[in-house]
Amino acid sequence: MAYSDKVIDHYENPRNVGTFGKTNEVKDRKDVGVGIVGAPECGDVMQLQIKVDDQGRIEDAKFKTFGCGSAIASSSLATEWLKGRTVDEGAAIKNTEIVEELSLPPVKIHCSVLAEDAIRAAVNDYKKKNGIAEEKEAHAH
Amino acid sequence: MNLPIYFDNAATTRCDPRVVEEMLPYFTEKYGNPGSRNHAFGWESEDAVDLARERIAKLIGATPKEIVFTSGATESNNLAIKGAATMYQKNPAGSEKRGHIISAIHEHKAVLDPVKRLQKEGFDVTWLEPGEDGIITAKMIEDALREDTILVTIMWANNEIGTINEIPQIGKLCHANNIVLHTDATQWVGKMPTNVVTDEIDLLSFSGHKMYGPKGVGALYVRRRKPRIRLVAQAEGGGQERGFRSGTLNVTGIVGLGKAAELCAQEMDADGARLIQWRKRLEDELTSSLEVTQVNGHAEKRLPHLTNISFGFVEGEGLMMAVKDIACSSGSACTSASLEPSYVLKALGVGDELAHSSLRISMGRFTTEDQVDFAIGKIKEAVLKLREMSPLFDMHKEGIDISQIEWAAH
Repeated sequence: MAYSDKVIDHYENPRNVGTFGKTNEVKDRKDVGVGIVGAPECGDVMQLQIKVDDQGRIEDAKFKTFGCGSAIASSSLATEWLKGRTVDEGAAIKNTEIVEELSLPPVKIHCSVLAEDAIRAAVNDYKKKNGIAEEKEAHAH
Repeated sequence: MNLPIYFDNAATTRCDPRVVEEMLPYFTEKYGNPGSRNHAFGWESEDAVDLARERIAKLIGATPKEIVFTSGATESNNLAIKGAATMYQKNPAGSEKRGHIISAIHEHKAVLDPVKRLQKEGFDVTWLEPGEDGIITAKMIEDALREDTILVTIMWANNEIGTINEIPQIGKLCHANNIVLHTDATQWVGKMPTNVVTDEIDLLSFSGHKMYGPKGVGALYVRRRKPRIRLVAQAEGGGQERGFRSGTLNVTGIVGLGKAAELCAQEMDADGARLIQWRKRLEDELTSSLEVTQVNGHAEKRLPHLTNISFGFVEGEGLMMAVKDIACSSGSACTSASLEPSYVLKALGVGDELAHSSLRISMGRFTTEDQVDFAIGKIKEAVLKLREMSPLFDMHKEGIDISQIEWAAH
């Protein structure tokens, strides 16, 4: 199966790889939301961290992903899109937009769904830490 | 160096140019049907098929009459398994208890599926499970034998991990108990010495394109004496191949398979000696320089040219994309609709996560030492790059046990 140019670009030059600290360090930081979704036995694990300023705007986003090229590209794209948005605007990103942007084939749609779940999980983690009502749970797939 | 480099010889091999050369006249000049008994065109083709049959028989220690040409190993497996089971069945179609068959859970799909079909149609099947080393032993077969066992079908060498089952010992056991032994030897024939007489094999499947011959041609060895094996034909018609397999012979393909067999007989020792050194170099360099990296399957009892290595914390398909200059295959099934990793690695008890993280690298006659060294460098680089990106590797470094996390399976 051939990958689209955009998947290859994100895969070869991933944007925003990294973290804002180790698991224990970011656990109690109120300005950081962490989402970890997927499972190793399914071949995909995405970790997304967002850093939110006091206006509720995402000033930075980082990812680490265990997965195929499409999973890495989906999470890299998600970090690009998240930067500059408010947390609610971020949580509104739909997997279908990722599919369209990266031209993902049907067998890779789950990668985009996982990215959407990771975004929502990170936003929810941020909201929880700050006592804001959570978005509805990430959908099962 | 020309890129990408081919490291997927267990999937298919390059057709040897000497094979192609020998095939060419049979397309445009010597195009007769070997079944045409009354003119020179037919005789000429028949002679070519006879020569191929001799060369192939010689490669496996058989007699020419014991070779049945097919379209490839899948067809050979289907003919052997369905043909023998229905010939030696204890009760007719439509009834239960038609006979007992022994196979293994990490066989190729071209064995699993015919056996599963028989299971649905009234045969009992014992599915053997290998140990961590991936090997099916004669002892495992012995323990599974029953009064009504009619057929054992066990591959000689595994296509994903290259491990070698105890075929001569299993052959001896089967003959002592009057049970038919079929072995899918697709990854074995042409690479390793084969003698159906001393190895005591009744039915042996193999394919042209895994041994530097063309695609679309293969053979089934069917033992003719001590004991004489009979089969129910699966393709009926003109009665070619002693009635075992009707259909006009694929003369060009058969000529190619014959030449490929002759070349393999001449070159397998030298090819094997070279490839085993390079395989060991690949395995040693990668496992010693990268942590949490393992070679899957038995360390010694394996094919010289094939290795299957799991690199913890990186996903196989992502890894293949990172080593795009190297054409190999992965145990990750991320491209298929299911997210299940390789059933072969799972059969060995390799964890799902490590099964997703595997590469199968298979070399061949045309592999060079430069290519091997290039691959080692590329793979190392790719694994390190992907680990930098892997949340699982971070957890590993932080001392978090990944297997203890409750992952939300999706």
